[in-house]
Amino acid sequence: MTSIPLIGEAVAIAAEPRLAGAKIGVVTFPGTLDDRDAARAVRLAGGTAVSLWHADSELGDVDAVIIPGGFSYGDYLRAGAISRFAPLMSKIIDAANSEAKLPVLGICNGFQILTESHLLPGSMIKNDHLKFICRDQTLRVENANTAWTVDYTDGQEIIVPLKNQDGQYIADEKTLDALEAEGRVVFRYVGFNPNGSRRDIAGISNAAGNVVGLMPHPEHAVETGFGPESLDGAPRDTDGLGFFTSVLTKIVGGDK
Amino acid sequence: MTTETTKKFNIDTVEHAAKTPDTELPWAELGLKQNEFDEIVKVLGRRPTGAELAMYSVMWSEHCSYKSSKNHLRQFGEKVTEEMKKDMLVGIGENAGVTNLGDGWAVTFKIESHNSPSFVEPYQGAATGIGGIVRDIISMGARPVAVMDPLRFGAIDHPDTARVMHGAVAGIGGYGNCLGLPNIGGEMVFDSVYQGNPLVNALAVGVMRHEDIRLANASGKGNKVVLFGARTGGDGIGGASVLASESFDDTKPSKRPAVQVGDPFAEKVLIECCLELFKGSLVEGIQDLGAAGISCATSELASNGDGGMEVELTSVLLRDPTLTPGEILMSESQERMMAVVTPENIEAFEAVMDKWAVEYSWLGEVTDTGRLIITWEGEVIVDVDPRTVAHDGPVYDRPFARPEWQDSVQANTFTGSVEDAGRPSAPSELAAAVTELVASPNMCSKAWITNQYDRYVGGNTAMAFPDDSGVVRVDEETGLGVALATDANGRYTYLEPYQGAQLALAEAYRNVATSGAVPMAVSDCLNFGSPEDPDVMWQLAEAIRGLSDACMELGIPVTGGNVSLYNQTGTTPIHPSPVVAVLGKLDDVARRTPSGWREDGQAIYLLGTTAAELDGSEWSNLRGHLGGLPPKVDLAAERALGEILINASRDGMVDAAHDLSEGGLAAALVESSLRYGVGARIALEELMERDGVDLFTALFSETQARAVVSVPRSEEVRFKDMCTARGFAHLRIGVVDAAGGKLEINGVEELSLDALREAHEGTLPKHFG
Repeated sequence: MTSIPLIGEAVAIAAEPRLAGAKIGVVTFPGTLDDRDAARAVRLAGGTAVSLWHADSELGDVDAVIIPGGFSYGDYLRAGAISRFAPLMSKIIDAANSEAKLPVLGICNGFQILTESHLLPGSMIKNDHLKFICRDQTLRVENANTAWTVDYTDGQEIIVPLKNQDGQYIADEKTLDALEAEGRVVFRYVGFNPNGSRRDIAGISNAAGNVVGLMPHPEHAVETGFGPESLDGAPRDTDGLGFFTSVLTKIVGGDK
Repeated sequence: MTTETTKKFNIDTVEHAAKTPDTELPWAELGLKQNEFDEIVKVLGRRPTGAELAMYSVMWSEHCSYKSSKNHLRQFGEKVTEEMKKDMLVGIGENAGVTNLGDGWAVTFKIESHNSPSFVEPYQGAATGIGGIVRDIISMGARPVAVMDPLRFGAIDHPDTARVMHGAVAGIGGYGNCLGLPNIGGEMVFDSVYQGNPLVNALAVGVMRHEDIRLANASGKGNKVVLFGARTGGDGIGGASVLASESFDDTKPSKRPAVQVGDPFAEKVLIECCLELFKGSLVEGIQDLGAAGISCATSELASNGDGGMEVELTSVLLRDPTLTPGEILMSESQERMMAVVTPENIEAFEAVMDKWAVEYSWLGEVTDTGRLIITWEGEVIVDVDPRTVAHDGPVYDRPFARPEWQDSVQANTFTGSVEDAGRPSAPSELAAAVTELVASPNMCSKAWITNQYDRYVGGNTAMAFPDDSGVVRVDEETGLGVALATDANGRYTYLEPYQGAQLALAEAYRNVATSGAVPMAVSDCLNFGSPEDPDVMWQLAEAIRGLSDACMELGIPVTGGNVSLYNQTGTTPIHPSPVVAVLGKLDDVARRTPSGWREDGQAIYLLGTTAAELDGSEWSNLRGHLGGLPPKVDLAAERALGEILINASRDGMVDAAHDLSEGGLAAALVESSLRYGVGARIALEELMERDGVDLFTALFSETQARAVVSVPRSEEVRFKDMCTARGFAHLRIGVVDAAGGKLEINGVEELSLDALREAHEGTLPKHFG
């Protein structure tokens, strides 16, 4: 038989009922596309995914929030520019900035929404080559101490899909220097900068490390057979699962 | 912009029409022929009103009525056995056919053309092509799960090709990526015959539970008719503008875009909104608005139902308040749906609309009169039997005859031709030929295109381009899924249309089986020139005959599709291009077979035998030759090969499989090696001796019913036994070589994978940036 793992097998989920108790909210805007994927990622990591609707005015009792990719309200103006004013966003912003430091992960359009919401600095503009790009992207984890990266190690390289049109991260030099100095560059593109992002930055965090945003899609790399492939043949299709196990560990572990 | 809120039209009511039988109508400008106009008058017993004329003209157009092809298309419904029908839940004629997948799941898929809009305005043309086909799928009650795009452009180095290519690819991406549907494959062909007539076809596939199947019909007297989604605007009106004479005021914009403008966000919301309606069983019948807009939706819904329908046209929400009744009826504004809702469900329906912030307006209701009546401020402007609009259009037996030039084209075989001079034979020449082939416009990597599409969204994509077929998981619990491939070869079909169409089917069938799926159903998009040209009509008739015969022999039914005619520049038609999509089923997508090998030391087998078949091949195309006869069709062999590949996948006997088609064995070996960057050592001497061909022919012939597979050592005996038991030719031609980083073929100078990759992947970026 083949040594290549079969796809579609139920990914081994640690029998940890304490993880299942952790509730991760997944926000859906009308144009959100990857909400089902984010919810699946939470489930595969052992947690419980809770659907949140953009028009809701309460966050409920979720322990963390994921703002998935998509086109929120169509993004005809500027990606995320309108979404930041959604009723639910103000609750998320408050909770992220509160004493309790609600863990928030923004993926792709979610990252754009987080910068528009000023939870994270900088902004995203059109890719330097002006085209949509979908590829399996290598990232280096630069900070394995955030709420969403504790299950990785500093310097670890992972492969997750990247797919966007407006993925070029920009900020002024002072902001970039500050991000570097404070260890808030969480992910960097390795080997190939797919969009012209300043200093190869793929993802960043806020000062407290509870809010993380990145352009690539870890939720598309959580299940054997449905994630990225590497050219050397080694299976890399679940490299993104660590995001979701990280936050569960953090929540259940009672870390701040 | 006018701020006038009330508009006055000189409305041509039914009453008025009856009183003014001699009024001149612009039927010719609307594309109707004298006999067709006379028929309308006969059906109505009076002259049509302007609005009725608008409806008939567009519904009786070639695009909507299939009047030239209908007589031939019947074969798809006739050449069907009981066995072929057993999994068909909904056949041809609905928005899309539905096939039973088992476990209570059903799948629906369809392929359509959006050729001419994509030439005029590539971005919007291609974008709305995706939008339209996706709405067809939703109309069946299904959740769309993937799209594919077979594309054919003019010569790669023609200046206009870049315009069309950039626009179409960006449009497909820009629209499709916003819908949350993975793009899992397609085709890309460059040929100067498509210069003024690119082919932009779009396929969508959706899944549903059996109980969720919805049909487009309006039944139940008193049920309400609602239009929802985007507002109706002046885009995509086409011929209707000649009816502008019915307007009094001159404040309206004089030029209207003939190509529709897409709003993917509106479509995405519409998808979610429809799925929620289905979930709550809130609609009795549903129909998308595509070609011919409200004309088509009202007449088809009413025609398919058991009664009639009454609709007030001033209730339609407008983007442009100056639109005339005729324009409103014919507008092809995108992202709209029409549904029939029982009075009890109105409230729940409105709640779903409000949740998704989708606009809607109640237009009227279902009646029991058998008439479709459309009013404007209460005055009747349309009063017709909907069947006469939607289904009883004209049908033509267009004359057709085998072209005079066909014999001389078929006699002009490649071997020995001027273009064949200096055929490669030395090791260095053969290596150069392989490299040239895989870098050529039609054989090069399509990554430049597919990297602009989201293949991941949804998390169910088990395989996508460049593998032989796209594979999507349907059921997360069981791994049940579907595989899809589309294929066509315009050159083969030009040389011999009957066979050419069968070859397209054979290749799509083979691609699906290669990935381990059991082929189940077919959808076709028949792209041809003008049916008024007897040569073209013959090509069309032969292609349909060939395709329907082959479907019967392979045991898979056609469940839907589309015909696109008049694809020509002046009097020069495109190559006849029947694009065939085959859908297959995988009980567990975990068993799907990718096209590249990975494991060092695995045995590489070639299944099938090789004949000297270079006519119509990619190699002859590279040398500028087109003549002779295409490769022989052997459907029994295709079936046998398919069974071997499916069994091998199910029983874990192969780790990689790649079909041989355009570019022959040379292309397959390079593609399988580049897939994961793992090379191979190949020796073809035994094959050459067995089949009586030279090395060049072994590499470049396009003989059908062949595939290469890589077999784990532990499975080799079992695999060989299976092939032997089935009497299918199989030959070990080499081994996978993971360490070498090269493709070694005895008699061919060594090919490094890096160099091959550079050649293969460099072509599109070089031309398109």
